[in-house]
Amino acid sequence: MTADRPTGSPPSPPDFVLQAPSGAYLSLNPATKLLVAAVEVEAAFLVGTWTGPVLVLLLVLASAAIAGVLPRLAVIVAVTVPIVASIMLINGFLYPGAVDVIVRIGPLAPSVSGFQFGLQITLRLLAASLALAVAYLATRTDDLLSDLERRGFGRRATYVIGSAIETVPRTVDRAAEIVDAQRSRGLDTEGRWWRRARGIVPLAAPVVFGALTEVEERTMALEARAFSTPGPRTVLRVLPDSTPQRLGRYVLLLALVAMIVGRITGPLAVLP
Amino acid sequence: MSLRLEGVSYRYAGSTATVLSGVDLVVERGEVVGLVGANEAGKTTLCLVAAGLAPATIGGRLVGTVHIDDLSTAVARPFELAQRCGTLFQNPATQLSGTAPTVWEEIAFGPRNLALPLAEVVARVEEAVRLLAIGDLVRRDPARLSGGQAQLIALAGVLALRPSYLILDEPTSQLDPQGTRLVGDALAALAAHANVGVLIVEHKTDLLAGLASRVAVIEAGRLVAGGPAADTLADERLPGWGVQPPAPVRLARAAAAAGVSLG
Repeated sequence: MTADRPTGSPPSPPDFVLQAPSGAYLSLNPATKLLVAAVEVEAAFLVGTWTGPVLVLLLVLASAAIAGVLPRLAVIVAVTVPIVASIMLINGFLYPGAVDVIVRIGPLAPSVSGFQFGLQITLRLLAASLALAVAYLATRTDDLLSDLERRGFGRRATYVIGSAIETVPRTVDRAAEIVDAQRSRGLDTEGRWWRRARGIVPLAAPVVFGALTEVEERTMALEARAFSTPGPRTVLRVLPDSTPQRLGRYVLLLALVAMIVGRITGPLAVLP
Repeated sequence: MSLRLEGVSYRYAGSTATVLSGVDLVVERGEVVGLVGANEAGKTTLCLVAAGLAPATIGGRLVGTVHIDDLSTAVARPFELAQRCGTLFQNPATQLSGTAPTVWEEIAFGPRNLALPLAEVVARVEEAVRLLAIGDLVRRDPARLSGGQAQLIALAGVLALRPSYLILDEPTSQLDPQGTRLVGDALAALAAHANVGVLIVEHKTDLLAGLASRVAVIEAGRLVAGGPAADTLADERLPGWGVQPPAPVRLARAAAAAGVSLG
């Protein structure tokens, strides 16, 4: 690891640690990416009925393509399919006060306005969740934490944020392991929906209880690694930032406030 | 200079059962002390108490005193203890920070917490990597390691804190024979050359036979035997305490029982 270091220079972390992410989106400061995502989430819900979510979706897909995370985004979209389906079905068939009912089937009254509303909600949720997903996929957790800590966030607060972010893939991995273990003991988790539903309890219980048990062990492990030492931690690499980005963040903060004002006072609400 | 437990009894928060009773144990700097016992004998609890994590972090009631050199664990803050006494837990997965993108940064987690100068952080990480011969793992994602690899990385993370004492709870439980030998050699080197005191819980008595200078036996929360490793590991009561003697001892006994002389 030290072979590439010039003789006499102080030890520095290896290149793969120091290497800054390259590319138009990846190289943005974590705070910038976080603010962009926040603005996108807000726009998806506050700007018009279709304009906001559609524009945000286009923007998010473009950023994902630039960042090279488009394929991983497809996985997230696939995961949202059950939620999307339930939103469409509930709103499409049970939309209250619909005057454009297509056909009545007992208590069900599928309507055009119901499906439209369902589609709107779906687009908003999809745009917001994908905006956050792109920021997550294109940011190293450690960089985000270092940046938050540099901006005055407490060590514990930043760790909780980082740990929560990393918990998602860890929990998915653990769930897959438990499914394998339960299937090897004869639990049927495939086939018809009721068989899948029946498999949820033996899956969820170990995942939830295992996560709770881990909390105490992790707390002890953190203490054993001097996590509660007062003061800022050593910074391994200088995070990318620039004056235009700093200015851009102020603009994004203004946009966050402006959208709320615009929605309340009307201009954003009247957009299609 | 030593790690000392004197008259230690302990029970967990919310429990009335005493898990440790009247434990006296000393680990001097530069020596390796093994701790053996059956499952639920109190080995892990003894480790937590010796490291000062119990009751400071997890609660419970402690009677007696624990000193790490001149520092009492009753008054020391956790980060002060961490610099003096490194602790490795049974489950390496929960010992990793979960936020580092590479193994190198995972090992640097502890030294960075201490806010050491960057050059010092680098030196400590590289030393731990060299000691455990894990150079080929440094670029890897810590979340994608095998159990044995994760155990080595967790140990490296502890070593990078350069503590005066190490408390290791089954540090080789997920390692293959080669990895076990590697850890044994590394610990022996730390004790001999860096004057580190090591308390190691192990079921692999063959490892302890070659590594530890003293071994203590714990049963139902009490230390029931202890002394030079060769003597304790040859104690005939060992199987009764749920501990398998090292292979040479078993071989000698089997030979004696069969009336065969091993010369």
